[in-house]
Amino acid sequence: MFRPAGGAIVAEIRIENLCKEFGGFVAVRGSTLTIEDRCFFVLLGPSGCGKTTTLRMIAGLELPTSGRILLDGEDVTRRRAAERDIAFVFQLYALYPHMSVRENLGFPLRCQGMARAARRRRVEETAALLRIDHLLDRSVTGLSGGDRQRVALGRAIVRRPKAFLMDEPLGALDTEFRHLMCSELRNLHDRIGATSVYVTHDQLEAMSLADRIAVMNHGVVEQVGPPQEVYDRPATMYVADFLGSPPMNFLAFDGSVHRGDRQVRVNGAVVEVPEIHEDRAAGPLALGVRPEHVSLSDVSAVRGRVLGTDYLGTTQIVTVTTAHGSVKARVPAALPVAVDEVVGLEFRTPHLALFDAASGRALPSALYYRETTDG
Amino acid sequence: MSVDAQSQSVLAPGPWSKRFAAAVVILYAGLAVLPLLWIFLTGFKTPPDSIAYPPKFVFEPSLEGYVNLFTTRSRQSDDYLAGLPPPTNWVDRLVRSRNMVIAGPSKFGQRFVNSVIIGFGSTALAVVLGTLAAYGFSRFRVPLADDLLFFILSTRMMPPIAVAIPIYLMYRSLGLTDSHLGMILLYTAVNVSLAVWLLKGFIDEIPREYEEAAMIDGYTRFQAFWRVVLPQAATGIAATAIFCLIFAWNEYAFAVLLTSGEAQTTPPFIPFIIGEGGQDWPAVAAGTTLFLVPIVVFTVLLRRHLLRGITFGAVRK
Repeated sequence: MFRPAGGAIVAEIRIENLCKEFGGFVAVRGSTLTIEDRCFFVLLGPSGCGKTTTLRMIAGLELPTSGRILLDGEDVTRRRAAERDIAFVFQLYALYPHMSVRENLGFPLRCQGMARAARRRRVEETAALLRIDHLLDRSVTGLSGGDRQRVALGRAIVRRPKAFLMDEPLGALDTEFRHLMCSELRNLHDRIGATSVYVTHDQLEAMSLADRIAVMNHGVVEQVGPPQEVYDRPATMYVADFLGSPPMNFLAFDGSVHRGDRQVRVNGAVVEVPEIHEDRAAGPLALGVRPEHVSLSDVSAVRGRVLGTDYLGTTQIVTVTTAHGSVKARVPAALPVAVDEVVGLEFRTPHLALFDAASGRALPSALYYRETTDG
Repeated sequence: MSVDAQSQSVLAPGPWSKRFAAAVVILYAGLAVLPLLWIFLTGFKTPPDSIAYPPKFVFEPSLEGYVNLFTTRSRQSDDYLAGLPPPTNWVDRLVRSRNMVIAGPSKFGQRFVNSVIIGFGSTALAVVLGTLAAYGFSRFRVPLADDLLFFILSTRMMPPIAVAIPIYLMYRSLGLTDSHLGMILLYTAVNVSLAVWLLKGFIDEIPREYEEAAMIDGYTRFQAFWRVVLPQAATGIAATAIFCLIFAWNEYAFAVLLTSGEAQTTPPFIPFIIGEGGQDWPAVAAGTTLFLVPIVVFTVLLRRHLLRGITFGAVRK
C-alpha cells in the first residue's frame, strides 16, 4: 500500500566517521554505521550517549562537526532537513496545538502542494491505518497519550518518506501502553516496510522492535548486530553490562590465555570456556556469564554464600557472594534456596565470554565464531 | 464548629478571608473607576455645572461639551444673531442659545486621526520587529546575546524624556519634527525593547520541536516560523501589542516637544481646549472619553488571546 512493488525505492542510510561537538563536549565521536533498506534499526544507550544527536544529524536538525551522512549513497551531510525526505517522530510528539488532528496529519502534505481532495484521501487513509479516523476532527490537545502518539506517527507516515526517525517515541507513555504501542509500531513497520531508525534507552523496547541494534556509549558505537547476537555475543563489557536484567556477571581475575585454550583459572578455580582464538599475555581479565547461564550445583569449584533472592514468578534471581565478587544466578522459582546457605556455582560453558578487563573488549573465542547459539 | 474548621481544606481560603479579599478588590476597582466615571459625567455637563461647587452629581445632561470639542465657535451680537435664518438642527440651536455661531470644525478630529496613525503604526512596527528579534534571540546562537539583550533593555532604564533634548536636536536636523514618521519611529524605538523582552519569554516557551517537525516536513524556517510559531505566540503578541499601544497612545511629553501642528497627537491637544473664560472642562472631558474608546476596544478585542493555555497539553514537559 505504501511502497510500490519491486522495491524501487531504496533507503539505505550510511554514516561515516560522524562526529559532533557542542562547545567542548563531544557528543558523538567517529560513528560509522550502515542502516540497510527496510531495516528497523535501534540506537540503544543510556542518556547522554549520543544516540539522539546521531539521529538528529541524520534528520538534518544538527550539522555534524565532521564526517558524512549518505542517503542511498548520496551525500546529504550539508543538506537541509526539508530536502532529505525523512520523517521524524519526536519524543514529546510536537503536535501543533492550534490545529485539529486532520490539520496536523495534512500539514506535511500541504507543503508539497498536494491538491485538497488528494490530501483529504491520504489523511483518511493514514488515519484508518493507525485507527485514529474517529479522532480526525478533534483538537490534539484533548487526546490521550497513546492517541497523540498515533497522530505523531501518522504525521510521519502520511508523506511516505524514505525513512522514519523516531526519538524515544514511547518514552512518555505508561508501561502498559508502551507494550501495546511497541507491537503496533513493529506491525506498522512490517506493513510499510520503510527504513526506520529508533532511539531508545530501554533494552526491552530495543530487543522486541529491532532487526539490528547499535549499542552506544559516550558517543561511540560499541556494537552493531541483530538483538540476539548483541545479547549472546557482546563485543565489550559495556554492552554485556547494559543488556540483560540483571546484567552479565563479571568475575575478575589476572592471568594469561593462549590460542586453543579451553579452560581458564579464575583465581584458582578451573572454568571451562569456549575455545580461545588469541594469545594474551598476563593481565587483568574478566569472565562474563549471564545469570541464566549460572546454575546452583554442589560439586562446583566456585562456591559462595547466598546473600538473598528476588522472586520473579517463574524464576528467581539468587545473589551469591563469592571470592570473585557477587554473582547473580537466574534459577527456577521452585528451587529451594535459603539465605546464608553455601552453594556451588556452575557456568554453562558454551555461553561464557572472556574480556580484557583493561580495554573492556571481548577476547575472540568460539563463542563469536558459531553459526547459532543454542540452549 | 472546630470539627467544621478542621474538615476544611488547608489550602482553601476561609469565608472571612474571602470576604476580606472581595472588599479589597471592590475598593480598588472603585478607586480605579471613579476618576473615569467623573470624566465621563463631566463630558455631559454644561460648563457652569462642570465647575459648580459643591460638585454636582445630579445634573441635566447636555451635549455642549461634545459640540464644543468638535467645533470652533465665535460670539456674536444679538442683532447679528437675529438676522440669521433660524437654526436648522440641534447643534445650531445649542450654540445659538449661547449667543454664538459655529465658525468651523475643530482640530480634534485631525489630532485623533494622528493618534490612531502614530499609535497603531508604532505598535505594529514594534511588535513586528520585536517578534523577529525575539525569535532570533530565542532560537539562534547570537554572539553576545546576553549583553545585547541587556543593552536593549538599558534604553528603558531612564525616563525617555531624559534624552528629550538630544532627540529634539537630532529630529530637527533630520527634519523629522512634527511628522508622523518621526513620531512612529520614536515610539517604536521606545517600545521595541519591551517587545523583545516580553516576546522572547513567550517564544522561549514554545518548544523547538514544533519548528523542527515542520522543517523536516519540508517547510523552510520562515514558513515554520509563520505557520507554527506565530500562531502559538499569539497570546504573547497580543499582550505585547496592548502594552505598546498604551504607551504610544498616552505618551505626552515627546508629543508636546516634537509636534505642534501636522502630526500633533490627541494628548497634547486635549488640555488646551479653551472655552470662554478659561478651560472648557466639558469639552476636555468629552475629548478624554472619546480618547479612551480605541484602546478599550483594542484591549477587549485582544482579550481572548490573553487567556493562556492554548499550548497546554500538546507537548508534555
